[in-house]
Amino acid sequence: MTLALKLGLARGALELKTFVREREAVVFSFGLPIVLLLIFGTIFEGEVGDTGVDFRQYFAAGIIAGGIMSTTFISLGISIANERDDGTLKRLYGTPMPRASYFIGKTVSALVLSVAETAVLFAVGGALLGLEPPATPQRWFTFGWVFVLGVAACTLLGIAVSSVPRSGRSAAAVLNLPYLVLQFISGVFFVFGDLPSGVQQVGALFPLKWMCQGLRSALLPDVLLAAEPARSWEHGRIALVLAAWCIGGLVLCLTTFRWKRRHER
Amino acid sequence: MTDTAVRVRGLRKRYGDVDAVKGVDLDIRRGEVFALLGPNGAGKSTTVEILEGHRQRTAGEVSVLGADPAKAGRGWRARIGIVPQTSNEDPQLTVREMVRHFAAYYPRPRDPDEVIEAVGLAEQATRRVGRLSGGQRRRVDVALGIIGRPELLFLDEPTTGFDPDARRRFWDLIQGLAGDGTTILLTTHYLDEAEALADRVGVIAAGRVVAVDTPGRLGGRATASARVSWRGPEGPQRIDTDSPTQVVAELSQRFGGEVPELTVTRPSLEDVYLSMIGATK
Ligand SMILES: Nc1ncnc2c1ncn2[C@@H]1O[C@H](COP(=O)(O)OP(=O)(O)OP(=O)(O)O)[C@@H](O)[C@H]1O
Ligand SMILES: [Mg+2]
Repeated sequence: MTLALKLGLARGALELKTFVREREAVVFSFGLPIVLLLIFGTIFEGEVGDTGVDFRQYFAAGIIAGGIMSTTFISLGISIANERDDGTLKRLYGTPMPRASYFIGKTVSALVLSVAETAVLFAVGGALLGLEPPATPQRWFTFGWVFVLGVAACTLLGIAVSSVPRSGRSAAAVLNLPYLVLQFISGVFFVFGDLPSGVQQVGALFPLKWMCQGLRSALLPDVLLAAEPARSWEHGRIALVLAAWCIGGLVLCLTTFRWKRRHER
Repeated sequence: MTDTAVRVRGLRKRYGDVDAVKGVDLDIRRGEVFALLGPNGAGKSTTVEILEGHRQRTAGEVSVLGADPAKAGRGWRARIGIVPQTSNEDPQLTVREMVRHFAAYYPRPRDPDEVIEAVGLAEQATRRVGRLSGGQRRRVDVALGIIGRPELLFLDEPTTGFDPDARRRFWDLIQGLAGDGTTILLTTHYLDEAEALADRVGVIAAGRVVAVDTPGRLGGRATASARVSWRGPEGPQRIDTDSPTQVVAELSQRFGGEVPELTVTRPSLEDVYLSMIGATK
């Protein structure tokens, strides 16, 4: 196990090195949430309901959740689909590398990128929109576990979903569709409580809604509760849903992960 | 420890309705260099990839270094090295980063810098793989295949894209590995390569092994009749004979010394190979 961990960390470092050198990846996957925050942060206006909370801050909390999903679910789904297609996975499969090291490496790099993405979003949101970091240790704690559970769930789902696109080339298109839809129905671009209840119910099935809600509870004042459909932050339920997605994602990874292309058996 | 590295009996592989391998038997001894020849689509890569544990066989018995590749684990993978027919390295990493990283996967790796030197990439060691030429990239594949100090090395068309000088250096490298006792199974379309490297060659056509022998004896090459040709007063002449020495002696007498444009040849490996492949069509 220690060897798997050691090699996993080495792989994580290698993945990050590759990511940083791949300018396109940095600009597009890493930069997109930041660009969205910049654009909509200056377009959106008004308050959330009559709570007195600036909608742009509500949006900023949502885009941080979206950013996590982008550096985990999207990045991993695309990169693994590509690595499967170009034979990188096959080559690794042919070495004595412990299988776990590959996943540890992916998780480590996704975690580091998520932290970096969040830090940049905080910086931009703070400078432009007055978004403040969590105010109390308790809120930091909330922020911490929502972040960790969100990263874990989306990482596992990203690994699992990499088997869905038929080729590496189609991966970006295949993954971005659900991502975009989820952002609309999970309380990123719109106030969740303002969505039709049917849409809310669909949104509540997926992790992004719960990540957004958890981050709002850590970053925004409690007066906002008046605009939450449940009138509560529902911390227990957030933890439960995200943990369930982690377990579901893990089961999917263990049962469906392929090291080879579709027709190579 | 037996002295058989690879033992294959009745190997079959079906892809949907394509019968790619139709009952292959193969024995490769430890320390042997074995070349698999055959036309495009003959089933060479399929066979090799089954031996590497990359593909599942439809039927047959396979033992590679004493284990079934379909079920073998990490310990077994540490003992083999693979150079696939096609591959892609991470274009953003440098040659040295890549080779060093792969070295860490193996319990007893070779020295990364020595391997880089051995495949002739010392000057490109700090260059990113994406900026190498095709033949240079292929040498990275070879480096990654041998970095783990494998007992058994699979090379699927390793020298495709090599310039003549690089090919000779690659041959030296392979001969060095073989000299250290590495068992090598290579596929190639270059008959000179098979002749230079292989202790034995197997010819595979349409999923079946049609011949296995040393390069010198394949297809009765050693005993095949020789061709004597020369230029006589009435133009180019030739005779196929089993006693070329006698023919040359007679010619020498007839011409009273030097015979113009005299050559004595036996069928090349390529001649034998082509007639063998032709016969299976
Ligand atoms: N994944 C696959 N799915 C279906 N058919 C396949 C697959 N891989 C190979 N084949 C078929 O199996 C046969 C043998 O292919 P293989 O790749 O083993 O040939 P090869 O001898 O390595 O040829 P080459 O010299 O061109 O590399 C071919 O007819 C090929 O079309
Ligand atoms: Mg082939």
